[in-house]
Amino acid sequence: MGEWFYLEHEMLPALLRGLWVSLGLIAPAAAAGLVLGIGVASARVYGARPLRSLASIYTVLFRGVPLVVQLFIWYFGLPHVGVYLSPYIASVVAFSLCSAAYHSEYIRGALLSIKRGQMQAALALGFTRFQGIRSIILPQALRRALPGCGNEIIYLIKYSSLAYMVTCIELTGEAKILASHSFKYTEVFLVVGVLYLAMVSIAGRVLGAVEARLSLPGFERHRL
Amino acid sequence: MTAAVPILRAEGISKNYGSKAILKEVSLALDRGEVKVLIGPSGAGKSTLLQCLNLLVMPDAGRIWLEGREVDRSRRKGLYGYRRQVGMIFQDFNLFDHLNALENVRIALVRVKKMDRDAARERAMNELAKVGLQDHADKYPAQLSGGQKQRVSIARALAMDPKIMLLDEPTSALDPELIGEVMIVIRDLVQAGMTMIMATHQIGFAATLADEMIFMEDGAVIEAGPPAKLMTAAECERTRAFCSKIGELYGESA
Repeated sequence: MGEWFYLEHEMLPALLRGLWVSLGLIAPAAAAGLVLGIGVASARVYGARPLRSLASIYTVLFRGVPLVVQLFIWYFGLPHVGVYLSPYIASVVAFSLCSAAYHSEYIRGALLSIKRGQMQAALALGFTRFQGIRSIILPQALRRALPGCGNEIIYLIKYSSLAYMVTCIELTGEAKILASHSFKYTEVFLVVGVLYLAMVSIAGRVLGAVEARLSLPGFERHRL
Repeated sequence: MTAAVPILRAEGISKNYGSKAILKEVSLALDRGEVKVLIGPSGAGKSTLLQCLNLLVMPDAGRIWLEGREVDRSRRKGLYGYRRQVGMIFQDFNLFDHLNALENVRIALVRVKKMDRDAARERAMNELAKVGLQDHADKYPAQLSGGQKQRVSIARALAMDPKIMLLDEPTSALDPELIGEVMIVIRDLVQAGMTMIMATHQIGFAATLADEMIFMEDGAVIEAGPPAKLMTAAECERTRAFCSKIGELYGESA
């Protein structure tokens, strides 16, 4: 079997199939992680004491326990209490929750950097605290958190490869199967590496564009 | 004044931070259209008093009545409704940094007053025009001068139709040549009959507007009276000393 034939007829179709699964894992996990991260960060900074503690415990747990262990809990652990998740769902849940814990730290930092006067002005106009957070604080904080959150999304793209550990066969999973059949580890994983690099580059571009789009007069990048 | 009930009445407002008493049972009342000016050295409690009057800072003791109705600060609804009727101007403007001038004025109309977007836009534009900034509506805070920022913040407060305005050193963060434009807006406001309490160090300017001047020190009202009296013939030695010192400093005399 020729190298090109193998590449074209076996490797590429399998890897493309895996790539789609990977994208199917990354997109919802990135979105859900970010939304949940905003909630957790807001709770930690502005929540009442019980909510704040709950959010802190969340961050400690999901940032502290290795992601593989979390994945195993969702996939192998939950059936013990009668909850069965498909490999795909278990992976998306694990990635979202873990990602949210990291996002929440970037966003918390950004929330703390917003001057007190912004909330005071909102309250003085009759905003409720919740309205103030939503309409005044978060729009400013998220702009500041964006570089950090983008970093987390890029990291998510790569740790999505852990999904194959719970038999959700995505890009890395397909690659492992291909390689173990053909013993072409170097070739297969080189291509896999290029595909991850491409995903990360595109995500980086998109995030950069979002950042530029949302930039405000007075908060541009300064080059001194 | 025919108004029997003061617009705002505060009784025994006290505030402590730790063991330090910042406000010691301060009481005051304002009738409709009345202008009171708070003067006194830094740390006298002027800002804290204004923030307590707006319940941005919760006083440890004391009661507040708006138009004769006591403000129930244990109820959130009452609290938010009260703040909405009391306009606040901050020393450092506190414009919303992510919104342009028009949106700064409009956002509370939409979010708090639940006006529809177009009506709110029109109202916001009118308020900006009143402070002479209709041509700067789409500029962001970072693109405005200090004086312009303070005028936007005044427009933002006025758009809510406040019953009374609290001004916390509205010109203290401004360059000397920008103070004038903000003073003019405040003077127009007084002439339009707005009830207000203003903390300021510009006592010459304040004297021309105030019905009463209140000298505060160490969290208590030392002396209150008509500006002319306070500035020239204050009963308290400390008031006289402060007024002459600050008059010299700002090159103003009564």
